[in-house]
Amino acid sequence: MAENSKAASGVVGNVINWIDDRIPMTRVWNMHIAQYPAPKNFNFWYLFGSLAILVLVNQILTGIWLTMNYVPSAEGAFASVEYIMRDVEYGWLLRYLHSTGASAFFVVVYLHMFRGMIYGSYQKPRELLWLFGMFIFLALMAEAFMGYLLPWGQMSFWGAQVIISLFGAIPVIGEDLTQWIRGDYVISGATLNRFFALHVIALPLVLVILVFLHIVALHEVGSNNPDGIEIKHKKGTISEDEKPKFKFHEYYTDKKDIVDAIPFHPYYTVKDILGVAGFLILFCWVVFFSPEMGGFFLEAPNFEAANPLKTPEHIFPVWYFTPFYAILRAIPDKLMGVAAMGASIVVLALLPWLDRGSVRSIRYRCTLHKWNIAQFVVTFVILGWVGATPQTDFKTILSQITTVTYFMFFVLLFVYSKNETTKPLPTRVTK
Amino acid sequence: MMKKLIIGLFALLPTFVMAAGPSVPLMDANNDLTDKASLQRGAQLFMNYCLGCHQMQYQRYERTFRDIGIPTDIGQEQLIFDGSKVGGHILNAMEQDDAAKWFGAAPPDLTLISRVKSPDYIYTYLKSFYKDESRPFGVNNMVFPLVGMPHVLQELQGLPLPITEEVEEHGKMVTKVVGLETDGSGEMSTDEYDHAARDITNFLAYVGEPSRLESESLGIKVLGFLLILFILAFFLKKEYWRDVH
Repeated sequence: MAENSKAASGVVGNVINWIDDRIPMTRVWNMHIAQYPAPKNFNFWYLFGSLAILVLVNQILTGIWLTMNYVPSAEGAFASVEYIMRDVEYGWLLRYLHSTGASAFFVVVYLHMFRGMIYGSYQKPRELLWLFGMFIFLALMAEAFMGYLLPWGQMSFWGAQVIISLFGAIPVIGEDLTQWIRGDYVISGATLNRFFALHVIALPLVLVILVFLHIVALHEVGSNNPDGIEIKHKKGTISEDEKPKFKFHEYYTDKKDIVDAIPFHPYYTVKDILGVAGFLILFCWVVFFSPEMGGFFLEAPNFEAANPLKTPEHIFPVWYFTPFYAILRAIPDKLMGVAAMGASIVVLALLPWLDRGSVRSIRYRCTLHKWNIAQFVVTFVILGWVGATPQTDFKTILSQITTVTYFMFFVLLFVYSKNETTKPLPTRVTK
Repeated sequence: MMKKLIIGLFALLPTFVMAAGPSVPLMDANNDLTDKASLQRGAQLFMNYCLGCHQMQYQRYERTFRDIGIPTDIGQEQLIFDGSKVGGHILNAMEQDDAAKWFGAAPPDLTLISRVKSPDYIYTYLKSFYKDESRPFGVNNMVFPLVGMPHVLQELQGLPLPITEEVEEHGKMVTKVVGLETDGSGEMSTDEYDHAARDITNFLAYVGEPSRLESESLGIKVLGFLLILFILAFFLKKEYWRDVH
């Protein structure tokens, strides 16, 4: 391999050469990090991918240590969490890192998805990349939902009871399906044990594999950028002095002429370190000073052990599910509500095909598109708020209106993107 | 029973609201976790007046003594009444089944009550008992109507008398308790009782999250470190990106 000759001499160099002869360590490092061409105009919105990886690692590490003292049984779960909080050295820190991490995961993932929406990162040729992302989102929701049962508090129990009972709305098989999921007629120790198994083994494994595929797909097609224009051009169309002075891996330069790119390392690694430090300041502020986050990250009823005979005054899912939950509640018919909730997620996955435009970035798209995205953001926030607070007549109507505007985003996009009046695209990325 | 539960849940889905909650505005507990003397007085009041019925099944004596600044041997002598080991949990001898029979519902464990409710709720609750002959123990509570608990601090506070008003509700006149006045029979003045209620609240707030103070002092250091890291990372990034711009 060409890279091998560049390895340092001496003991370290010998070790690197020894490894490179056996596995492609240096090649992978160069191909995907040190000589990976990334557009040079990434902005703030491009920090959330690496932050999502950071949070994933945090969840896995703190999760492993929590597992060492957590007892997955209906009798022991709640007490073991309090044991971790009180008797395990820094157990409270592990638990708050994990519980805050769950919410932080959704914060960064929602922002990451929003970035994809405003810059059209889902468009051709990145459809599969977007789909892998949507599967990550689904796996993450399942992971979070099952994890929330484990502390075995009142909200764990009743939240799970409500959500699982939704499957009962499915005609014919519904009732049997809910029993199959729970492993019992109600949420019980049997449910807790299987959720524990799925939460600590099955779903993290799925998540890690999907994240790997997400990155493989990303590196194959290359990153989009805030201008939404290609930085890879047909071979031979770019003159030598227009090409960046950086060394990129032959894997990319053999096939295409690349402009306006910089190597991922060190430029984006140092930028991501800055992002990580900024993120950790906010994250640690919550962990150390406000782990309940006003009841949004840890709900007060969950400090009371699960009691199947006592229903909490209000049952809410955690904040990251509330927009979809509000769509469910907006529709009076249960089956239709469940269908609408499902559709609200499926429709996101279909974005690459619903958007028929060829211009990607919001910067160069029509005014209607900007308004449409703005209304979608407002809609999502309102839905989240409605789903997290007790229902009133006003909020029911509000949730029905926003359910319509949620889906309207996609309908409108489908309509206007076909013959959209766009602004002229720059030939090269702007600053 | 299962069927009923499931049907009940379905019935619950479309509405999701059974708004009740205290209609009384909560008073500000104004408790201070750094006030060790207050925590110690709160612990003393708790062990004497509450522990007979309410346990703290997740909290240990020794840790409590250490955190609130009571030497272990003094704590063991003065605050452990049932001969429990100092490393043991703060428990009582009451059977849950018996308790449920005696009070209508078993007295809840209080380890986490400050997090389930709030310090303000506890403080207001302790100050909201009043005389009501229609209740089994002759007392009622403004924030927790029809409460099954007697006013265990009666010897300290006395038994407040309700100030009532006739108000219209759903088209008919009902008598509502709008305030309380002291009957003057307690050992403590109103001011002293407020302090006692605040001390108990403070102690319960501590027990709800014993790591709170440690968390905040560690948090300051972590944030300080991260701030420095952020500044260094900023200049590192700027230096590297000189090549790009």
